[in-house]
Amino acid sequence: MSANGQQHDVRSQLRNPLKRARGLGSAHSGVGHWWTQRVTAAALVFLALWFVVTVLGALHADYATARSIVARPWNAVLLVAFVLTVCWHAVLGLQIVIEDYVHTRWKEVALLVLVKFIAVLGTLATLMAVLHVALGA
Amino acid sequence: MADTRRPLSPHLQIYKWQVQMVTSILHRATGIALSVGTLLVLWGVFSLASGEDSYNRFKACIGSPVGMVLLLGWTWSLFYHLCNGIRHLFQDGGMGYAIPQFVRSSWLSIVGSIVLTLVVWAYVLSSGGAA
Repeated sequence: MSANGQQHDVRSQLRNPLKRARGLGSAHSGVGHWWTQRVTAAALVFLALWFVVTVLGALHADYATARSIVARPWNAVLLVAFVLTVCWHAVLGLQIVIEDYVHTRWKEVALLVLVKFIAVLGTLATLMAVLHVALGA
Repeated sequence: MADTRRPLSPHLQIYKWQVQMVTSILHRATGIALSVGTLLVLWGVFSLASGEDSYNRFKACIGSPVGMVLLLGWTWSLFYHLCNGIRHLFQDGGMGYAIPQFVRSSWLSIVGSIVLTLVVWAYVLSSGGAA
């Protein structure tokens, strides 16, 4: 391994250089989870504030008014973006909570998969409902 | 199951409570609460898509006393997770790790979230309830 005769750390001698180059670590996914959680968090700072303001603007709205608020193009786009980002961020966050506290492997995996299914279904359902309202079907 | 002969970290109840610990625990707790609360958003949008009756039923539910209490809880959870989340983003940038700053920003998250919740609910109640 140490062809040039230099003293190496024992660990770096046992590690395949390709592993270092890929930078994916023992979890095989690198910093992807961490980074995506931060990016969705930054997006949600703005989307969540927009959501609160929009909901407060829709207080006491009757059916037709509420529909027209959701049907406005920017509101429809941001609402779908909000729910998509919330679900994504929630999946990443709940994953860590589940991995930390659920110590029976099959229950852990089942919960992780269940959370992902619910998040994807929730996102698709919101998309369909918003399209339904926005396009006036 | 885990091999219980290995040394375990001390249990939560032996620690003296500190605000930094509270903010950390609350961040997780509010995150879980908000995940569940997202289903309410889904229900709201769905009720809009499925007709006036279901929308009015949705409004009646969120405007009921139980609905209002849940909404109050979710409002605070959202603002707390938002404030403390921004605090964590600054910490991810390497800022605010000195102990006095860390404690101060913890209190800022807690107080800020309560103030924002009060502002929103003062507006909601002054305009006559949630729905």
